[in-house]
Amino acid sequence: MIPTLAAIDWHAVFFLLFAAVACGGAIAVVAADNVVRMALYLVLSLGATAGLFFLAGAEFVGAMQLMIYVGGTLVLLVFGVMLTAQAPFVSIKTTAGDRALATIVGLGLFGLLVTAGLSVEAWRQPGSHRLTEPAATPIGMALVGVRVDAPPANAPAAAVRSGYLLPFEIVSVHLLVVLVGAAYLARAKRRKTPRAIEVAASAEPPTAVAEHAAIGRSAGRAASVLTGGSV
Amino acid sequence: MVEFLFNTARFPFWLAWTVAAVVSAVLILNVIAGGALVFIWAERKIAGRIQDRLGPTRTGGRFGWLQSVADGIKLLAKEDLMPDGADGLLFRLAPYVSFCASFCAFICLPFAFDVVGQRLNVAVFFVVAVLGLEVFGVILAGYASASKWSLFGAMREAAQVVSYEVPLGMCVVVPVMLAGTMDMVTIAEKQAGWFWSWYLFHDPFTFVIFWVYVTCAVASVNRAPFDLAEAESELVAGFHTEYSGLRWSYFFMAEYGSMFLVSAMAAVLFLGGWNGPIPVATLAGLSEGTGDTAHYLVRLLGLANLLGKATLGVLVMMWIRWTLPRLRIDQVMSTCLKYCTPIAAAMFAGAMLWQVALPGGLVAGLSRPAGEIREGWLEGPGGKAAAAPAQATDEPAAVARVAP
Amino acid sequence: MTGLTVLPLATLVGPVSVAHYLVVGAVLFVAGVACMAVKRNALGVLMGIELVLNGANVNFVAFASPYLQADGARSLGLDGQIIALFVILLAAAEAAVALAITLNFYNNHATVDVDRADDLKG
Repeated sequence: MIPTLAAIDWHAVFFLLFAAVACGGAIAVVAADNVVRMALYLVLSLGATAGLFFLAGAEFVGAMQLMIYVGGTLVLLVFGVMLTAQAPFVSIKTTAGDRALATIVGLGLFGLLVTAGLSVEAWRQPGSHRLTEPAATPIGMALVGVRVDAPPANAPAAAVRSGYLLPFEIVSVHLLVVLVGAAYLARAKRRKTPRAIEVAASAEPPTAVAEHAAIGRSAGRAASVLTGGSV
Repeated sequence: MVEFLFNTARFPFWLAWTVAAVVSAVLILNVIAGGALVFIWAERKIAGRIQDRLGPTRTGGRFGWLQSVADGIKLLAKEDLMPDGADGLLFRLAPYVSFCASFCAFICLPFAFDVVGQRLNVAVFFVVAVLGLEVFGVILAGYASASKWSLFGAMREAAQVVSYEVPLGMCVVVPVMLAGTMDMVTIAEKQAGWFWSWYLFHDPFTFVIFWVYVTCAVASVNRAPFDLAEAESELVAGFHTEYSGLRWSYFFMAEYGSMFLVSAMAAVLFLGGWNGPIPVATLAGLSEGTGDTAHYLVRLLGLANLLGKATLGVLVMMWIRWTLPRLRIDQVMSTCLKYCTPIAAAMFAGAMLWQVALPGGLVAGLSRPAGEIREGWLEGPGGKAAAAPAQATDEPAAVARVAP
Repeated sequence: MTGLTVLPLATLVGPVSVAHYLVVGAVLFVAGVACMAVKRNALGVLMGIELVLNGANVNFVAFASPYLQADGARSLGLDGQIIALFVILLAAAEAAVALAITLNFYNNHATVDVDRADDLKG
C-alpha cells in the first residue's frame, strides 16, 4: 500500500476548487445583469456547493442538492428566458449607486460573519478526517422515526433521540399545499392558447415534488404568452 | 495501478497518483468518445438496413467502418459559426455543459465488480441528478442561439425532461428498494447467479416497471420518438440549429454518452449488471482469491457482460428510432403524465407490497435469500448500522480505480 | 481595521476545518443578501433567496460533519444533515410559490421589475 496520502492533501485541493467555484459563482450572480447568465452562475455555485457537501461526507444531501436545487434552478432559467425573451422589454439594470452601496454593506456583513465564524476555537481545529459512514440509510430511517445512527458523544447517556417522522409529515403536507397554491396562483385565465401548449401545461405529475408540478403549469402559461407575443 | 506505478515503476508518489487519475479519466472519456464513434457508425448502418439500403459502404473497407472518423475530420475542418445576435459566452459554453454533465455521470457507473470510477453510496441518485443537468446545456444553447427554432426546441426539452424525471425516478427507486441501497455496485452484486435472479424477473411488478423505465429513459435522453427538441421536420434542427463543427459534435457525444449511460443503468438496475445470464465464472470455479489470473478473468468477463448489455440497449434505442414516428408534444406529455407516472406509481406500490408479502422474488426457491443483507442496519444502533453490506467495508472507500 | 488584524485568518491556510466551510457559507449568504437587495428583476431576487438558504445549508452540513470536526464525535451528526434536507425541500416549495406570484405579477404588469410593484402607493 502507499506509505502516505498526506503528500498532497487532496481534500484541501478539492475543497479549494469547489469553494472557489461556489463563491465565484455567487458573486457573479450579483454582478451579472442578464437573467440567463445569472441562472448559469447560480447553477455553477449550487453545483459546487453540492461538491462541498460530498467532501464533508454528506453525500445524500449533496445528491439531493444537485437534484432539487439544480432542477429548480433549471426551471428558473426557463422562466428567465420566457419572461425576458419578449421583444419590447424594459431593461432591468441595477444602478451604479445601488451597486456601490451593496458592495460596502456586503463587505461589512461579510466581515461580521467571518469574525463570528472564526472566533470559536473549536471550529478552527483541523478536522479529524475520520471517514464517515454512509448516511443515506440512517437519514431514511430517521425520517420514518427510527434513529439508527450513533448518538453524539456529549449527549446524555439515557437521552431518547427523536426521529423526524412528524416534521417529515408536516413537510409533505406543506408541499401538497404549495402544489395546490402555486397551481391556483398561476392558473391560466385566458383560454386562447394553442392546444398543444395548453395540454402540456395542464398535464401534471400528481405526486412529484411540488415545485416541478407547480412550475410545469405556470411554464405552460408563460409559453402561451411567448407564442402569443412573438410568433 | 497506483501501487504498481509507485512500487514497480519507481514513479514519484505524486506523479503515480496523477498518472493513475489521468489514465482513469481518459479511459472513461474514451468510453464516451470512442463509443460515440462506433455508435454513430452503427446507427447509420442500422438506419440503412431498416430503410432497405446499405448505409455507409466505402470509407474504410467494405462496411464503411471508418465513416465516423471521416465525419469527425470533416467536423473538425468545418467553419465555426456563431449567429450575429447570439450570446457569445453562453453559446460557446453550452455544448461543454452538456458534455460535462454526461461525462460526470460515468464517475459512479460500475463496469465490473470493482471497476468503477468512484464507488458512491448514493450512486443511483447521483446519476439521475447529473443526467438532469445535461438538459441545462441544451436550454442554454437554445437561448443563446438567438433563433426561434432553437428556443422552441429548448422549451420543449425543458418541459419534457422535467416531466419525465418524475416517472424515471419512480422506476429507479424500485431496484433501490429491493436491494436496500443506492450503491450501484451492491445492487448489481445482489443479482448474481442465473438470469432469474435479475431484478427484471424478481416479480411481475418489476417486470412491468422495467418497460416503463425503458420508455422514460428513451424520453429523457431525447431520442426518437421523443426527440421533440430536435424535430427536424418542424424545427430545422431544434436546439442545435445554429451550431456547426466541433461544438455541434459535442452535443452528439453527449447524446450518445447519455444513451449508453441509461442503457448501462438499466443493465445494472434490472438486468444483473455484470452478471451474465449464466454464471459462467462460478460454474467454471473462478472466484475471488483463486489467483490473479482468475481475478482479472472474472473482471473481464463482467466488463464484457455489462458493455454487451449496454450496447444492446443502445442498439434497441436505434431500432426504436428508425421504426416509430415522432410523437407530438401533447402526446409526449400525456405519455408521461397519464400513462408512465400512474403505472410507475402503481408498480412501485405493488413491488413494495410484494416485498412485504413474498420477500425473495418470484422464483423464491431458486434465487438466493435476499433478506439477509438488506436488514443489516437492524443489527445494532450505530457502529455497524450502515446499510452497505459486508463487501463494502473491504474496499478502500476513496480509491479511484478504473483500470483493472 | 483592528478587527481584521485580530482575526485568525491564518487558520484558513491550514487543513480544512469547519471554519473554512463557515467562510464559504458567509460568502454565499452575503452574495445572496446583496442579490436580494440590489436586483430589480424579480427572478434575480429569487436567486438571491436561494443563495442565502444555500449559505445556511453549508453551515449546517459543516457542523454535521464528523470529518471536519477535530473531535468527530462532537459534531451535530445526522440532525444537521436532516435540517439541511428540510431547508432544501422548503426552498423548493418557496421557489414554486414565489415564481407563481412573479408570474401573476408579470401577467398584470407585463414586467418582472419589482420597482413597478407600487400599485398600493398612495
